[in-house]
Amino acid sequence: MADTDTKPLKRTALHDVHVAHGGKMVPFAGYEMPVQFDGVKAEHLWTRAHAGLFDVSHMGPCFLFLKDGLGEPGGHEKISALIERLVPSNIAGLKPGQGRLTVLLNDEGGILDDLIITRMSDPALDGMLYIVVNGAVKEHDWALMEASLGEDTMLQRADDRMLIALQGPEAEAVLAPHFPEAVELSFMRCAYIEKDSEKYMLSRCGYTGEDGFEILVPNNKSGLELIDDLLADARVKPIGLGARDSLRLEAGLCLYGNDIDASRTPVEADLSWLIQKSRRERADFPGAERILHQLENGADSVRVGVQPLGRAPAREGTEIQIDGEGVGVVTSGGFGPSVERPVAMGYVTSKYAVPGTRIDLMIRGKAHDAEVCALPFVDPNYKR
Amino acid sequence: MTKKFTEDHEWIQLDGEIATVGITKYAAEQLGDVVFVEVPEAGASFSKGDDMAVVESVKAASDVYAPVGGEVVDGNAALADAPETVNEDPEGAGWFCKLKISDKSELEGLMDADAYAKFCEGL
Repeated sequence: MADTDTKPLKRTALHDVHVAHGGKMVPFAGYEMPVQFDGVKAEHLWTRAHAGLFDVSHMGPCFLFLKDGLGEPGGHEKISALIERLVPSNIAGLKPGQGRLTVLLNDEGGILDDLIITRMSDPALDGMLYIVVNGAVKEHDWALMEASLGEDTMLQRADDRMLIALQGPEAEAVLAPHFPEAVELSFMRCAYIEKDSEKYMLSRCGYTGEDGFEILVPNNKSGLELIDDLLADARVKPIGLGARDSLRLEAGLCLYGNDIDASRTPVEADLSWLIQKSRRERADFPGAERILHQLENGADSVRVGVQPLGRAPAREGTEIQIDGEGVGVVTSGGFGPSVERPVAMGYVTSKYAVPGTRIDLMIRGKAHDAEVCALPFVDPNYKR
Repeated sequence: MTKKFTEDHEWIQLDGEIATVGITKYAAEQLGDVVFVEVPEAGASFSKGDDMAVVESVKAASDVYAPVGGEVVDGNAALADAPETVNEDPEGAGWFCKLKISDKSELEGLMDADAYAKFCEGL
């Protein structure tokens, strides 16, 4: 995402750790963040083979909870009914400790952000949700939640803490000595853990297609010691934004601002799966009329995978043509180090959204052969 | 002739009328893993500063500018199938193209190896 903000850049609590590990710092979402350490390709491949540590403290973790009735029977139902005014997913149906990807919608059904909403695992905290939104839009998201739900709820932002992701097939083994609970969690489950009188939110999720965890860590000496311990493990390397982008692209995951934004609905974005049946039946989310119409009749354009057939990567903004006629646009594209070829995703007119459809990518004025393909480019490795 | 360098991190080496052009070791290191290179074909001609080639890393695409004007007599076709050569040997086998220079005086403003090394240190 382009960084047009002129405000001074913020630093995460891990800034000095990045610099000490040779991180090349760049502006991103209003923060100075490491784009790479050893090199994007090496970091990407390391994460798929071992464990990569990502600083995602620029993102927007927060707790949203009831002003009255926290921990009382029916607390989760109450808070769910409130947040479901803004998102099309079934939040009421979450089990304790379960999280779910969803989207904030505007009244036209356009996507304002993608986010993960998790029900706290502790019954004493029923009526509280742990929510992580994107860094670049967190202020807007939180203002929207407070404006819409502020009468009944409190929003406690947690972006003054550290948020890290430990991703890769060795993540569980690395984390287990620090948090034995890690072994018990399956994909999209969380635990709020007290350790040496500090609180850690441990969620089995991530954005690389690999098994792994996101951990909300206290911003103090204990937290920094945990990060140092993790980085001292020979199985762990620090990973920058460059590899985070190539990993999520191979995994077919959307980047907000590129692949999804307020001009796209969940149906167009091929995210219909996050609108559960109960919500379709109730039709009570923003933009429901338009979205349900698209679910019934299809949308004009839809997000697909794009496989360039040559070696030239197609970057975001590349026009997609068939027989010289524009039929779509690439929204994310680059090179996939694990699949060892260019990979991309974008939107095409729905009738062409069939894997195998031949398309032309207009790169620097020349047509390059490509085809529509299924996503993801690499099979996910989640612990179900 | 000794190798000359530009502030845009290209190198150029003249042998008679023909100059070989590529990107410097410094540039290759900054780019990281090169995954795609598009070099000009024989017959193309450029003025100094024109977009002449494209080099792409995992993350981004970068333009390579013509360090001097001239006509391309050969492009390094081997880079199409082995773009990693640009990382492995940027100032040797990773050359981009050979140019027949139109005006040798354009070489005069370019840096020698020592001046270029100092220039990179200051970045």
